[in-house]
Amino acid sequence: MSKEEKKVNRRDFLFTASYTVGAVGVGAVIWPMIDQMNPDKAQQALATTEVDISNIEPGKSITVLWRGKPVFLKRRTPEEIAEARAVNMDDLPDPQRDEERVKEGKDEWLVMLGVCTHLGCVPLKDKGDFNGWFCPCHGSHYDVSGRIRKGPAPTNMEIPKFEFVDSNTIKIG
Amino acid sequence: MSDHEYTPKSKAGKWLNDRLPLLTLGAHLTDYPTPKNLNYWWTFGGILTFCLITQIVTGIVLAMHYVAHADLAFASVEHIMRDVNYGWLIRYIHSNGASMFFLAVYIHIFRSLFYGSYKSPREVIWILGLMIYLLMMAAAFMGYVLPWGQMSFWGATVITNLFSAIPLVGDSITTWLWGAYSVDNPTLNRFFSLHYLIPFLILGLVVLHIWALHVPGNNNPVGIDIKKPSKDTVPFHPYITIKDAFALLVFMIIFAGFVFFTPNVLGHSDNYIPANPLVTPAHIVPEWYLLPFYAILRSVPDKLGGVILMFSAIFILFVLPWLDTSKVRSAVFRPIYRQFFWILVIDVLMLGYVGAMPAEGVYLVLARVGTIYYFLHFIVVMPVVGFLEKTEPIPMSISEPVLSGGAQPSTARKVDDKV
Repeated sequence: MSKEEKKVNRRDFLFTASYTVGAVGVGAVIWPMIDQMNPDKAQQALATTEVDISNIEPGKSITVLWRGKPVFLKRRTPEEIAEARAVNMDDLPDPQRDEERVKEGKDEWLVMLGVCTHLGCVPLKDKGDFNGWFCPCHGSHYDVSGRIRKGPAPTNMEIPKFEFVDSNTIKIG
Repeated sequence: MSDHEYTPKSKAGKWLNDRLPLLTLGAHLTDYPTPKNLNYWWTFGGILTFCLITQIVTGIVLAMHYVAHADLAFASVEHIMRDVNYGWLIRYIHSNGASMFFLAVYIHIFRSLFYGSYKSPREVIWILGLMIYLLMMAAAFMGYVLPWGQMSFWGATVITNLFSAIPLVGDSITTWLWGAYSVDNPTLNRFFSLHYLIPFLILGLVVLHIWALHVPGNNNPVGIDIKKPSKDTVPFHPYITIKDAFALLVFMIIFAGFVFFTPNVLGHSDNYIPANPLVTPAHIVPEWYLLPFYAILRSVPDKLGGVILMFSAIFILFVLPWLDTSKVRSAVFRPIYRQFFWILVIDVLMLGYVGAMPAEGVYLVLARVGTIYYFLHFIVVMPVVGFLEKTEPIPMSISEPVLSGGAQPSTARKVDDKV
């Protein structure tokens, strides 16, 4: 090939420019096609749930639905709180102190997503080797603070964003 | 393809064929030279075509009555079962048809493994087949979600959560797949859309699969290359069509047996309970045809590791033509590989069994042993046996063992000869 042919000429420039504009155009069309699958406005509108907790006795728990997922609200007894706090951090696959999982001054209220962090099943309460929850799908054991102790789940059950609206009401989300 | 140019006899036929050579294609498919020694393991291609068409036809009909909404889906399926004329029949054909489809595809795949049909020059046929298999699994999974029973809902939850194991972007991908913050109505809607789409993608791949097959022609039980057409071949029609038709009839008898006598035996009774996002069934199992992979997933005590291993179990099959180092195709002449082949068959059946059992105790041990052998078979056994094995003499042609009553050493080829 001669030297002239190897040089960048007008046609190469036009090719590159055309491909670039074409790629940007394709990308601009593809993104809406992909993003339409993300949660829509109606789904996002369900983002908060208010729960009345005045009827929950110590040691009992309720399950409410938030964003299509179960949330466990457990009112723990002083013994259960003591048990959760006595655990040695070295025994935890995902170390986290019980104090970090509850609101200060409201230590008896454990509010967490009732979703196993393995593959999303709902763990059963008062079951398993650690006096907490047990996931029937693939055998993950959680303790009284909802922390993973044994089984394939990688992390503790998630604590959602929540706040006490007043002493009888919790707002999740 | 036959060498002579095909010319339609009628004037109208010639007119059409000059503009769109459909009749030439028809003549090619009719005359297509096929090895004369194909056994009944070769009839599953035709059976699978029948399965695909059955699923498409019954599926289109079911979609006329089904409602893809979280509040209505379960009731609409019961409406099909009780109110729609012959709805029970059409739905049972469709749900059992999925199982029959997988039964046939597994036999088809193991036939290829035994007779070396995936080997050169048929690698592309094999890869297209695996792509069909992957799409079949996606379609079957999404179809199982549509009745919106407990197994539908929690099966969908577990399978979509597999993607949450991906580091960093896992949760975003899962939310994107759901279109919500859990498996919910948007998930059901898109699964219905994709469940309707995928069979037509499969149909397109089937056309490519058959096209790729018709370039080198069929492999055969002896596994040698043959001249086409020659005394080793017969025309596809009527010789193969009649054999395929007989096999299909036997297959349809078994199919009808499931549909009419035990239509729910392959399903799970929990799926007759409407979906409840607050309660997970005590024992979640996928459909039987996914159990071996489920066993591999559960055999690993780590979330990401299990997911990676499960997907690897499928994707390793894509490189199989290059992992197998043997020059001889058919296991008929491979005394060592033949034994490992049957070990693999038993291994996969065992994985399927333990996949249905709780993941604890002896079942967990068996799942781990089975998983290790599964990967050893492809990564170690296939390359090493191909090198070390002393294969038996292969015949010069298909006619030889038939006409002389067995391969004679004097006329048999050595392995070193070009196969």
